[in-house]
Amino acid sequence: MLGSVFRRAVSRQVSRPISTTVQAAQEQKETPKKPTIWKIDEQKRDRLANFGRYAAECLPKFVQRVQFAAGDELELLIHPSGVVPVLSFLKGNHSAQFTNLTFITGMDVPTRKNRLEVIYSLYSVRFNARVRVRTYTDEIAPIDSVTPVFKGADWFEREVYDMYGVWFNNHPDLRRILTDYGFEGHPFRKDYPLSGYSEVRYDPELKRVVYEPSELAQEFRKFDLDTPWETFPAFRNSSITSGYETIHEPAAPAPEKK
Amino acid sequence: MLSALRTAGAFTTRRFAGTQAIAGSSEAPKGIATTGTPFLNPSSKAEYALARLDDVMNLAQRGSIWPLTFGLACCAVEMMHFAAPRYDMDRYGVVFRASPRQADLIFVAGTVTNKMAPALRRIYDQMPEAKWVISMGSCANGGGYYHYAYSVLRGADRVIPVDIYVPGCPPTAEALLYGVLQLQKKIKRKREAQLWYRR
Repeated sequence: MLGSVFRRAVSRQVSRPISTTVQAAQEQKETPKKPTIWKIDEQKRDRLANFGRYAAECLPKFVQRVQFAAGDELELLIHPSGVVPVLSFLKGNHSAQFTNLTFITGMDVPTRKNRLEVIYSLYSVRFNARVRVRTYTDEIAPIDSVTPVFKGADWFEREVYDMYGVWFNNHPDLRRILTDYGFEGHPFRKDYPLSGYSEVRYDPELKRVVYEPSELAQEFRKFDLDTPWETFPAFRNSSITSGYETIHEPAAPAPEKK
Repeated sequence: MLSALRTAGAFTTRRFAGTQAIAGSSEAPKGIATTGTPFLNPSSKAEYALARLDDVMNLAQRGSIWPLTFGLACCAVEMMHFAAPRYDMDRYGVVFRASPRQADLIFVAGTVTNKMAPALRRIYDQMPEAKWVISMGSCANGGGYYHYAYSVLRGADRVIPVDIYVPGCPPTAEALLYGVLQLQKKIKRKREAQLWYRR
């Protein structure tokens, strides 16, 4: 987008008849500096978009939408049943070779019907490209583990299980990884209280560390951070999903007639 | 220190020579600054002897405080700076040990999580007696930035008794050095033999 704007500006300058070279040099000096923002490589973006469409055509059963986030970050939104097929496709396809699983993480949006989201980020060393695969689930429905495809997914999935409570089927060793032994709850869920439920202390009589319901001397202070000034007026009327640009979306199935 | 003992000895001999008037007068030497010992008013000869014994013990202990290598978070980096040549903790006889069995001191350098708390207590219990604890940084002092977090201990003193609190986030190596000097000062005032006698 921005690249094209600059290109147009440059072409206008060139096409304008210039009398002397000195004047041209002066004009060049006066041109304002480009802002230091991420420049999107249009060619690479097109290639990624093409690949996204191709992937959606190859896996029509699973891919629900292909989109770009923040300009040039390819995302595949898939059905939870298609995690293993989609990821093995991305890893094994010779024109993609997303062989590196960068991370797996979760997201909790309590207002949604399927409140939990699981996000896989892949990196192709061969083509220096990244893709994100996003899927969804609720508190109960399990997702297939991708450890058969990526060995490194083991601990990532344990972490997602620990923090969000997503259950992964066929995981070799699904247990908590970060929180305390015997910890209860999933702290990254939005309904988990910041200070938790218990705290520890050494008991000199029992001669060990004991767990007790937490007792805070002072409540966590909530500051009113609203300012009377508008922070991002340029985004006043845009929705929160306006940063996404849909590339491919299969036609919605016809509603059932009754 | 030897010279300090000598002065202290001279001071007390004079006192025990029976010249109470001289000791009571404003003649030097008088306080800790000149004698090098905090135990200036022994009530008997036995007390005097034990005070000197305390002096020697404290001298030996504060001259070689061996801390345990126990870095938990970013404070550990500052602890390393304290060990490195610019602040050079070795010149105070402070040398890191890798085993709690050989350590006199533990720096709690960083955030103590609930999961870490039993381990910290166990390591502290494994250290031989005459042991000290320096709590380093806001997190170890009272939870600091993570005071309200679900997973963090709100101060290392909930698990082990702390001698010196070094404030900061993280404290500079200089602050930690000052903490160690304060600990040396504290050890200097330790009256173990005298208390044993009292009992």
